[in-house]
Amino acid sequence: MSKDMTGAEMVIEALADQGVQHVFGYPGGAVLPIYDAIFQQEKVRHILVRHEQGAVHAAEGYARSTGKVGCVLVTSGPGATNAVTGLTDALCDSIPVVVITGQVPTHLIGNDAFQECDTVGITRPCTKHNYLVKSIDELPRVLHEAFHIAASGRPGPVVVDIPKDIQFAKGTYSKPREFAHQGYRPKLKGDLNRIKQAVELMARAKRPLFYTGGGIVNSGPNASTLLRELVKLTGFPITSTLMGLGAYQASDPQWLGMLGMHGTWEANWAMHDCDLMICIGARFDDRITGRLDAFSPGSTKIHVDIDPSSINKNVKVDVPIIGDCAHVLEDMVRLWRAGGVQADKKAMGEWWKQIEKWRARKSLAYRNSDKIIKPQYAIQRLYELTKDRDTYITTEVGQHQMWAAQFYGFQEPNRWMTSGGLGTMGYGLPAAIGVQLAHLKSLVVDIAGEASVLMNMQEMSTAVQHRLPVKIFVLNNQYMGMVRQWQELLHGGRYAESYTHSLPDFVKLAEAYHAVGIRCEKPGDLDGAIGEMIKVDRPVIFDCVVDQNENCFPMIPSGRAHNEMLLGDSGESVEDAITEEGKMLV
Amino acid sequence: MSSTSHYPAAPTAQGIETRTLSVIVDNEPGVLARVIGLFSGRGYNIDSLTVSETEHQKHLSRITIVTRGTPMVIEQIKNQLERLVPVHRVVDMTVSGPAIQRELAMVKVAGKGEPRVEALRLADAFRARVIDAGTESFIFEITGASEKIESFINLMLPLGLVEVSRTGIVAISRGPEGM
Repeated sequence: MSKDMTGAEMVIEALADQGVQHVFGYPGGAVLPIYDAIFQQEKVRHILVRHEQGAVHAAEGYARSTGKVGCVLVTSGPGATNAVTGLTDALCDSIPVVVITGQVPTHLIGNDAFQECDTVGITRPCTKHNYLVKSIDELPRVLHEAFHIAASGRPGPVVVDIPKDIQFAKGTYSKPREFAHQGYRPKLKGDLNRIKQAVELMARAKRPLFYTGGGIVNSGPNASTLLRELVKLTGFPITSTLMGLGAYQASDPQWLGMLGMHGTWEANWAMHDCDLMICIGARFDDRITGRLDAFSPGSTKIHVDIDPSSINKNVKVDVPIIGDCAHVLEDMVRLWRAGGVQADKKAMGEWWKQIEKWRARKSLAYRNSDKIIKPQYAIQRLYELTKDRDTYITTEVGQHQMWAAQFYGFQEPNRWMTSGGLGTMGYGLPAAIGVQLAHLKSLVVDIAGEASVLMNMQEMSTAVQHRLPVKIFVLNNQYMGMVRQWQELLHGGRYAESYTHSLPDFVKLAEAYHAVGIRCEKPGDLDGAIGEMIKVDRPVIFDCVVDQNENCFPMIPSGRAHNEMLLGDSGESVEDAITEEGKMLV
Repeated sequence: MSSTSHYPAAPTAQGIETRTLSVIVDNEPGVLARVIGLFSGRGYNIDSLTVSETEHQKHLSRITIVTRGTPMVIEQIKNQLERLVPVHRVVDMTVSGPAIQRELAMVKVAGKGEPRVEALRLADAFRARVIDAGTESFIFEITGASEKIESFINLMLPLGLVEVSRTGIVAISRGPEGM
């Protein structure tokens, strides 16, 4: 049905038609007509943030925990530029987000008007696609297309830039049936011959390994279910990237833990020694592969990905399969069952024996203390005390993020929200706000570092205003921990600018925001304090004072391979482990 | 230990190849910026680039790009281009079958006397047309493979070459099939 309305009203109408219930945003001159339209309706609820970066991260958290498209509304100029970090973050982690930006009126574009910036120019490299709407007639189509592009194929952020005169202009709105971009047709079904070939390789494999990633989570809950089925059917071990945690249940014996730079001994060794790698929805990122020429040297590689550009980008693979994870997994499960195939029992027995030897190395072990809280211990206790609840975890970026990935056992997909690709400090708090909004009754914890969380601390105000009882669990070591760790390893312990002087009193800070502050300094008090945090039905900043000198292990140092990991208790000095060339690397 | 990185080492084992890609895109604002931005943002080379709308009813443009890279990089370039929403098709004209590649150049030569006559004589040999003539200058129009244009320009150099304007390469496959 078509209706006459203004461009601003069309925005609301299209959002409602797309099933958007919440939009995160911040008003300004160039979006005032849209805010006026928001004021006069009740279909779409606006969540006022305190900084546009926070709006995008909140939308990301919302999207990742629900599988829906997150939605953002910001003004022109600084509103748009502040959103750029969030857009880049969403692009790196393939998160579906639609960001609507206001723009100066069409006739002023290019005139260096007040709060003008070239939004489509600036956001072109950090979006999946973007639009500048120059006519009211194309607005309905563009809005709906934006949601389609954000959510389909490999998901990502889409920007729709709407000049103020277009927001005022009157036109006819109808939900378009046709999609203008004929060239955009993501491929969902994988090539059946290739899948057959993959299943045959799996049946013959002696040392196979599943290596899965965020693509499984993005593909939807069905992909996780199918993955679990296939892993059980085959009896193969499975490891995952940071982005893929939760797709396979961490409590299962076939789970080897996360792999990569801070992955477990068994996951990385298995990756190095396997003869068949089945990569599903992961992209051979440099944090995963380590030294490329020594990466899993003896394996045949199967790679399932919806994005053809992910295939053969870093690592040459033998069986590329372009398609959606759930679709391909369904075929794999079906073919495995139909073929009546069985994995090579004898070889699998030996492979598992080897894996158990690696596992016995207990690479995540750390020396606990009864005087000072070890960060790993804090996460372990947090896990034990929250695992039976309906819990969602977000993180900031750094050591605490890696410890959370190592020590928090994720059982379900969409429960773990972290900035993987871009590594955006300040992601966790706004993301938690987005998650909490989508799951009002659930426990949402942002596992944070004191440095990261300060980057978007202003969003506390958002949490309080909208009664979103997010829990910020700060592992406070007064250092930018990962920076300090690298300075210790690579720069002779010269801790340039990684120590934070003049930190706020986090309890008082929480109270200043009308939230609750809890401080804990002793291991003995930890359980009680975490219990208190869970009980409070308001936003909490939990200041967990931890060991300042703890480092995150295992670690694959720069320029080394998977079988050259460093462990926390190894005799090898970390300084000797990295060559002069290695120090040049990131 | 060898100097390697968590980032992919520059692939040295594979040789650098030159390829001509034909890219069919929706002719919409910003589409060329998307393509060029992809090349600069990901560190790919552009040796030559031409673009023009070729199907007016469907608003489709054809971009012809000459680029260089290892086979792995070329594959990446194709995949990355195909990932852009307004891109319909990418065809590697160098490997997809026999293709014709042509370029057009306009060459301005100024001079009098013997060099002027010599320039005209060479232009004739190269089948270059005179499209503007004065008592002291010519403008030649020459079409052909880049090498032919290159050698024509080199010959004009001592004969009073003033300036050259080139279109860059356009390409089309031989035979009855379209791309």
